[in-house]
Amino acid sequence: MNQENPGNVIEIKNLRMYFPITRGLLRRRVGEIKAVDDVSFAIKKNETLGLVGESGCGKTTTGRCILRLYKPTAGEIRFNGTDISGMNENRLRLFRSNMGAIFQDPYGSLNPRQTARTIVGMPLIVHGMNDKRQQNNRVEELFKLVGLDASMMTRVPHEFSGGQRQRLGIARALACQPALIICDEPVSALDVSIQAQIINLLEELQEKLGLTYLFIAHDLSVVQHISNRVAVMYLGRIIEIANSRELYENPLHPYTKALLSAVPVPNPVIERKRTRTVLKGEVPSPAAPPPGCHFNPRCNLATPDCAESSPELRDTGNGHQVACFKVQA
Amino acid sequence: MPPLLSVYNLKTYFHTYRGLVKAVDGVSFDINEKEIVGVVGESGCGKSVSMLSVLQLISSPPGEIVDGKVIFEGQDLLQYQPKGETMSSIRGARIAMIFQEPMTSLNPVLTIGRQLTEGLEVHLSMNPQSARERVVELLRLVGIPDAKGRLDAYPHQFSGGMRQRVMIAMALSCNPRILIADEPTTAVDVTTQAQLLELMQDMVVRFKTSLVIVTHNLGVVARYAERIYVMYSGRIVESGLADDIFLNPLHPYTIGLLKCVPQLGETRKERKLVPIQGLPPNLINMPSSCAFLPRCDRARDICRQKPWPSLELIEGQHYVACFRDGPETP
Repeated sequence: MNQENPGNVIEIKNLRMYFPITRGLLRRRVGEIKAVDDVSFAIKKNETLGLVGESGCGKTTTGRCILRLYKPTAGEIRFNGTDISGMNENRLRLFRSNMGAIFQDPYGSLNPRQTARTIVGMPLIVHGMNDKRQQNNRVEELFKLVGLDASMMTRVPHEFSGGQRQRLGIARALACQPALIICDEPVSALDVSIQAQIINLLEELQEKLGLTYLFIAHDLSVVQHISNRVAVMYLGRIIEIANSRELYENPLHPYTKALLSAVPVPNPVIERKRTRTVLKGEVPSPAAPPPGCHFNPRCNLATPDCAESSPELRDTGNGHQVACFKVQA
Repeated sequence: MPPLLSVYNLKTYFHTYRGLVKAVDGVSFDINEKEIVGVVGESGCGKSVSMLSVLQLISSPPGEIVDGKVIFEGQDLLQYQPKGETMSSIRGARIAMIFQEPMTSLNPVLTIGRQLTEGLEVHLSMNPQSARERVVELLRLVGIPDAKGRLDAYPHQFSGGMRQRVMIAMALSCNPRILIADEPTTAVDVTTQAQLLELMQDMVVRFKTSLVIVTHNLGVVARYAERIYVMYSGRIVESGLADDIFLNPLHPYTIGLLKCVPQLGETRKERKLVPIQGLPPNLINMPSSCAFLPRCDRARDICRQKPWPSLELIEGQHYVACFRDGPETP
């Protein structure tokens, strides 16, 4: 099916998602927010790609474009070789059974009036499993898979704890046996002791079912733990992408370095030895990003030419890519 | 030298329709001068309620501080009325607090300048002119660019990180002895979190203030706190110097917490996370035995038979509330 690289479940090329800024009664278009601006990456089968960045960097928008909850402004999204970026709604409805989504808020993403059985079974109905017995069996199977007791099927969401709700969300995402799952901050709303349960569950499911994950989160330690490779986003662009261990040991982009040093490690001995790089200022508004390299006003390596053109991602070996003029490699 | 603040056997209960919630059930802790103390625990463990009780900011009903002493500068604060003059003169002036959500703790219809000068005028009886000057100085200190020009701005015109800086300036404005920061960085991004925590650390050194950081983030306390209290289900289960807690944790809950958080630099191949089984307890009508018992992988008969053990000194400043190595039967 795929002509380019048969190992890739998903391939994204030059993805752009611009949101219009409108003003006045006639909703005149006065500008645009470049939420995702020329992003390219691929995820291999059975791989987890982590996508990190601070709020407003475009990581969620990227995930939503892949799910085709948004129609991208430009670029290609190839799922097993098929470009879905321009696919119409009718075809998409069927195609989406290949992808699952897990969302951040286990409270807001489940309908409070539906029973757990209905919530998890809905994708089955949408995708044409009409036999009630079959549906029931599959829902039961899914409950077991995510570690929920089948006797809980008749309960409604508020009768579940936060962690159990997230398990429900995972069961729903798995209902149609998708190849790819977009996990958008799946553990950030949970308490630490529950976070580990969900992370482990996601890891086990991946091994058991051969899943491919795009794992979107702002918590670098969680992302690094679960991902094979990590992509760092800043103001709509990927600025560095590398194998998870490599990114930690040898970060190249000044923003990645600052991001890593900002994450405290739960070990006072390690903490005392670390150098802390504290960034100046705040993330600029994505409606008016700085010219050139978006990071240049906060960068300690920046020179005037950084504001003139924006650096492309380039490979420094071993698939470690970085978008910075100042990095020697 | 006696501690600046000593809390003894504090008990704060909430009377709800579904039963009595012992949110804080016999908590004792000390804050020394110029010390940075961390209080960690998951949601609902009573860490915020303990701090709010110190300042008597518990709304009653349903809340009630049923027992305990809060000794600050030689006097028991709990003997004073929550809305009385003494408490008002301490709250915000001698002991200041920063809350999690800077948008809800700032008044949206008053300018930043108005809100910051109020404390100075009330507590330090400054005149409006000198209060304004002092506020400009404070805002500059916490890193607000164009401090003078921003005095007449409203909170919504500031970003989340900037609002939290304003809160820090406000909390420090009256030179408090203790600054309590309740989840100060939960709502902000990680680089902003680093900026704010560094700022707080600089400020408490500069103002010779003690700082209490209440958080669920173990990394934050490992980086900043000298001494740590670990809370579970309304009680302190372990306390000690940062090194005691992180390098030699003794309570099964502390051990479990450290095993279940991913650490930067470790991938899943190197260390699998070990989750704590089960769920945090429901605080309504708790049994008298150790609340961690249902989740504990080291539970023994004694844990089921005896009431929750009290904190015991292990060595130095390291205290643990657990029958760890005691006799198998009582």
